[in-house]
Amino acid sequence: MSIADRPAAPVPGRPPEGRDTFAGVQASEDFAALRSSFRRVIFPTTAAFLVWYATYVLLAAFAPDFMGARLGGSNITVGLLFGLGQFVSTFAITMAYRRWADRQYDPAATALRERVEAAGVQR
Amino acid sequence: MSGAVVRAAAAPQQVGEPWVNITIFVAFVAVTLVIVLRASRNNKTAAYYYAGGRSFTGPQNGTAIAGDYLSAASFLGIAGAIALNGYDGFLYSIGFLVAWLVALLLVAELLRNTGRFTMADVLSFRLRQRPVRMAAALATLAVCFFYLLAQMAGAGGLVALLLGIEGTGGQYAVVAVVGVLMIAYVLIGGMKGTTWVQIVKAVLLITGAAAMTVWVLVMYGFNLSSLLGDAVQTALDEGSTNAEGLLGPGLQYGLSTTTKLNFLSLGLALVLGTAGLPHVLMRFYTVPDAKEARRSVVWAIWLIGLFYLFTLVLGYGAGALVGPAAIRAAPGGANSAALLLAYELGGTLLLGFIAAVAFATILAVVAGLAITAAASFAHDVYASVIKRGQVDSGAEVVVARRTVIVIGVIAIAGGMFAIGQNIAFLVALAFAVAASANLPTIVYSLFWKRFNTRGALWAIYGGLVSCITLIAFSPVVSGKVDPATGASLSMIRDTSVDFAWFPLENPGLVSIPLAFFLGWLGTVTGRPEPDHDTLQAEMEVRSLTGAGAEKAVQH
Repeated sequence: MSIADRPAAPVPGRPPEGRDTFAGVQASEDFAALRSSFRRVIFPTTAAFLVWYATYVLLAAFAPDFMGARLGGSNITVGLLFGLGQFVSTFAITMAYRRWADRQYDPAATALRERVEAAGVQR
Repeated sequence: MSGAVVRAAAAPQQVGEPWVNITIFVAFVAVTLVIVLRASRNNKTAAYYYAGGRSFTGPQNGTAIAGDYLSAASFLGIAGAIALNGYDGFLYSIGFLVAWLVALLLVAELLRNTGRFTMADVLSFRLRQRPVRMAAALATLAVCFFYLLAQMAGAGGLVALLLGIEGTGGQYAVVAVVGVLMIAYVLIGGMKGTTWVQIVKAVLLITGAAAMTVWVLVMYGFNLSSLLGDAVQTALDEGSTNAEGLLGPGLQYGLSTTTKLNFLSLGLALVLGTAGLPHVLMRFYTVPDAKEARRSVVWAIWLIGLFYLFTLVLGYGAGALVGPAAIRAAPGGANSAALLLAYELGGTLLLGFIAAVAFATILAVVAGLAITAAASFAHDVYASVIKRGQVDSGAEVVVARRTVIVIGVIAIAGGMFAIGQNIAFLVALAFAVAASANLPTIVYSLFWKRFNTRGALWAIYGGLVSCITLIAFSPVVSGKVDPATGASLSMIRDTSVDFAWFPLENPGLVSIPLAFFLGWLGTVTGRPEPDHDTLQAEMEVRSLTGAGAEKAVQH
């Protein structure tokens, strides 16, 4: 397997002796903190929206009477509200994630990236 | 009720003026071809041809993603499903939207940071290049093929309604025109041209749908409840026995346990398939960095979400104003609901505009699929597997361009064969393959340190083969008979042929868990590569920090 097969790695022309490696970066505390902050946000969020979607789909399939019930004297049904709720939750998660990523994640990731690239890290 | 029902019912062959539809469509083609020609400079290198120089902004790419994703099946199909089956059609659109959270949270940024042009770049990053690339390319080509067939068949069906052409000759001609235009866009414009076609189309489609939505809402004083009530009333007036059912789930999927499981299977394939669609993934490479990839998805989610909210109003609006009977009687069946509504609201001109947008939609989607399939063949199969990476990017682009022509010819021939086939099934199959073969491997390779080559191959081939096998032995292909009429509802029209043993019409419920399981089993029984730890470290550091990610091409 040649290096040419892979997406370009940084680093042309750095001396090979005493260099940093990706494994070294991966083992560093800063990187561990970045990775766990990322996973602490995306894993629970993913689990939450999948459960919420599954609840909705299962209710629609197995509780059609509940989902078809009208609200008050209107033609709006419980199921319609649940469905619109999926839209609202999707938009809300999108905006919340974007806000977190722009404000919290990006500065930390960028700082680490600049250090990695400045040090000419390679495999 | 207005006169449109009477008109449409009296003359089911034709609504509107074909020459108006054709004129507006030709104008769209002319404008987009000029754009594509202007975008065609600099298409010599792979980064330009496959990724548009990585110079699109997040909002531009997000709009193009919406243009790529909102296929004619979702525009015409969902509006029609809501008009006829009410709430169950709405369920469909929710799966298509929620799926984008998977792409936003788990895939888009990490993929942008680690790959260059194709999905296989990421999957093969830390695994053995040639077998994994080959597998990923096959899965990519399978998804693109099924999706292309669906769009082509849709184009043929659309023309039946718009031009009043019932015979197959006219439909063949339309499929050929769509195929030739697709080849032209992709051959000349590459990813940059394709992206602009998708942006123009998305703006037209969303604007048109928004205008119709506001129009319908104005007619009902912005009271959703009275719109829903009128949809039920229209169905009652036509003698429907289950009109009340339009407002709750169950009309389409609630008939039996099998249809309910079908629905769960479809829901799973939709929500996990989107983030594994190769033509969607490839769009993330057209922006300069991961932050713009994130902005792309945020824009795409807003546009796609708003659009599906519009289809809710349009679907019930078509049910209320046009009526289910007239929609069923129209040549395109359920797919004609949005078009009949446009005619009911704005007459010939609005119908012509919406019809042209629907055509444009098909063009933009097939162009995106064609460039994805071409990139996958040229970059993964030709350059990496056959030439083992010993090929320059100019030669690779030449191969990609030739591949586009081959794909165009296959799509035209396949599209002619697929006319009259169930379009929704072809789209669902594409999503099922994407969710089974692609997504488990993407997730494992980004998040599971131990994941290895055997796991990837088992997951991809397991997902791909199980999907196609289960579909082949499902009622979609053989043995489904309409109990009322005795007519065949399967791909094989001969009702005496029945080799179906898999009860569900969508394989996702079985094939997706199976692929995840096989990926795990292959990994724990397989051996890691000698450089497993180094490559895993590199991939993880690069995916999370963006270090060494491909930059935008400087002018």
